[in-house]
Amino acid sequence: MRHLLSTTDLDRAAAIRVLDTAAQMAATQGRQIKKLPTLRGRTVVNLFFEDSTRTRISFETAAKRLSADVINFSAKGSSVSKGESLKDTALTLQAMGADAIVIRHQASGAPHTLAHAGWTEAAVVNAGDGMHQHPTQALLDAFTIRRHLTGGPGNPDGVGNDLAGLHVAVVGDVLHSRVARSNVDLLHTLGARVTLVAPPTLLPVGVGPWPAEVSYRLDDVLAQGPDAVMMLRVQRERMSTAGGGFFPSPLEYTRLYGLDARRLATLPDHSIVLHPGPMNRGLEISADAADSPRAVIVEQVANGVAVRMAVLYLLLAGDGDTAGTAPATGAVPALTSASSSGSTPATTAAPTTTAGATA
Amino acid sequence: MTAQYLLKDVRILDGEPTDVLVAGGLVAAIGPEAGDAAENAPDDLDVIDATGMVLLPGLVDLHTHLREPGREDAETIASGTRAAAAGGFTAVHAMANTTPTQDTAGVVEQVWRLGAQAGWTDVHPVGAVSVGLAGEHLAELGAMADSAARVRVFSDDGKCVHDPVLMRRALEYVKAFDGVIAQHAQEPRLTEGAQMHEGVVSAEIGLAGWPAVAEEAIIARDVLLAEHVGSRLHVCHLSTAGSVEIVRWAKSRGIDVTAEVTPHHLVLTDEEARGYDPVFKVNPPLRTQADVDAVREGLADGTIDIVATDHAPHTREDKDCEWAAAAFGMTGLETALSVVQQTMVDTGRMTWADVARVLSTNPARIGRVEGHGRPIAVGEPANLVLVDPEQRRVVEPERQATASANSPLRGRELPGRVVATFLRGRATVLDGVPQDDPADPRFAAGRVTP
Repeated sequence: MRHLLSTTDLDRAAAIRVLDTAAQMAATQGRQIKKLPTLRGRTVVNLFFEDSTRTRISFETAAKRLSADVINFSAKGSSVSKGESLKDTALTLQAMGADAIVIRHQASGAPHTLAHAGWTEAAVVNAGDGMHQHPTQALLDAFTIRRHLTGGPGNPDGVGNDLAGLHVAVVGDVLHSRVARSNVDLLHTLGARVTLVAPPTLLPVGVGPWPAEVSYRLDDVLAQGPDAVMMLRVQRERMSTAGGGFFPSPLEYTRLYGLDARRLATLPDHSIVLHPGPMNRGLEISADAADSPRAVIVEQVANGVAVRMAVLYLLLAGDGDTAGTAPATGAVPALTSASSSGSTPATTAAPTTTAGATA
Repeated sequence: MTAQYLLKDVRILDGEPTDVLVAGGLVAAIGPEAGDAAENAPDDLDVIDATGMVLLPGLVDLHTHLREPGREDAETIASGTRAAAAGGFTAVHAMANTTPTQDTAGVVEQVWRLGAQAGWTDVHPVGAVSVGLAGEHLAELGAMADSAARVRVFSDDGKCVHDPVLMRRALEYVKAFDGVIAQHAQEPRLTEGAQMHEGVVSAEIGLAGWPAVAEEAIIARDVLLAEHVGSRLHVCHLSTAGSVEIVRWAKSRGIDVTAEVTPHHLVLTDEEARGYDPVFKVNPPLRTQADVDAVREGLADGTIDIVATDHAPHTREDKDCEWAAAAFGMTGLETALSVVQQTMVDTGRMTWADVARVLSTNPARIGRVEGHGRPIAVGEPANLVLVDPEQRRVVEPERQATASANSPLRGRELPGRVVATFLRGRATVLDGVPQDDPADPRFAAGRVTP
């Protein structure tokens, strides 16, 4: 795995490898000393062209827990037409010796361009690009679902498992959502059945070939008893004429597509509720639903750090160049000793088996 | 100064090999008489072995962005027309979206004069329909028509004349001087922020969609307006199967509408966007394979009257960036004929006579351009292009004559090569090379790189 730009880069084995590595990382995060020496001396740049405090903090935490040096580059407003171009920013970071660039950008495809234009040799991690992809969000969602719905005694994180047989409903603004696109691809790769639920105005023209079913009626889908319900953030400005007028009013949206206590009660006992955050309480999700025991929303945040640690580890310590160096080999025992499943997963998470990961 | 040229064993369109003598700015003789006449010719006779080559009337582009005045960093009138000559053109229509806009007699005369000075092709400025392309007030169409530039084609290209009343008035007004409104059909509200064709690919890669209906709705409205007021309408760069159907229907009703397709819409699809390379970002966007098939069929059956390049040069900085930040447009003057050969002639859909019709005769007629798009016959002005259909070449944008490198065909092998272009008997291109005149002070000044 050279970059992580899209969940379509991951085949089933590669996706499970990331999730299993994340499980090992998560295990270390229960300790009092959370920091691992794995990426000591490596530099991770968080290049954020768009505000996203929570994603940036999550990546920053992940990199620091792996002992990487972290540089936060908030480039909001310096889009191409005014100020520095993406190209010059990339050349600058390359000159400064960035080993990985975590990029959030409002333009779909910007991480792809950064990775392939020849401007930098750094590994590129897509932290959300326009309406395209947000692969680490989908990975942390899959990690959370797998842990809750496939884990059991002796294997609480469901290590080694995929999501075959599970039914996941993804509800809300699919049209503008990179989270939805990443999740559809990854959940399908892991064997889950996906149903997209949205008003027709918030589904893309061209959704047909996606490996997902589509419904306009939330109640009908909930009646099927999905194992997980993933609520997407709906931006209030989508209802204004300037924002496109995608639905008549927030109240109507909530009535038809909001997850409230009544709808929550119709779900099977084992079903869980996810939300990528930040939530619009009272719009797509009520306080009752958000704060219920089924909601795993806060846990998603914690899992986000573990998943991002795993991604940075596999990208930076997982290539042949550095696998044999002291920091990387030092990291594997650290992982192993902390892992509940012994040394085997730690070594499978290591470099040699990741070579074929990119599609 | 002007040499005489004897083209030996050349095929005129699809005809049998013959000889053609170009002299005195005219097609002086055809057949055995050409050789006889050449024997009595002065020393400056240039004999070209044209075995296997095809002679077409000089190409006429109804849709070229020369960028001057305003964006001379992307193209100048001299560099753009030199590229046009290299592509086999003898006349181009310079679109109005310059800075300042070509919306007054003064600006169109400036463009016309710079074109004449450059001497590579005839330059016919297109006049803006509305002042500053703002879509609010009619520009002084009559003044532009009566100017030295004799403007006959009016367009806000780059923007749609979306106000139906303004469009109606423009269609009516230009009847006074036999003008035509060339519409960039793009419903603006349906395409706010649009980046690429709306469909399966846009849904997957997350770029805002430019729906086919935004083009088709305007074309449908405009053909009905043209019918209502009895005016002439030209549809720029038609790109969808639905648009072909609407134009076909309009023509069947006798509406005076003509339509163009670009070379890139004949050969490329929205699948190209998957790599987010902005060289494939264009307006209207690349569509689906079904649309490509439909525009090819429409061109072959005459529903689409012409191929026009929409040559849109852009600087590197306007394309060397993320997709959403990049400019719309791609170059095309030097590859248009090859694309038409590849997609239409080599596939058996069209003859060379058809190529002459869609790249010369029809655009000259629509633009009311005199002396171009004429039959190749004795006594006609020698506006000609000599093509070798057997040669193949790989597109290298940096080696093209245009000042910009945003060709979407980089690295592709295309059939056909322009061997020579003649503008009123003067060779602007020989052996595939633009014939720069070292004595011309413009080259000495470095304005044009030979």
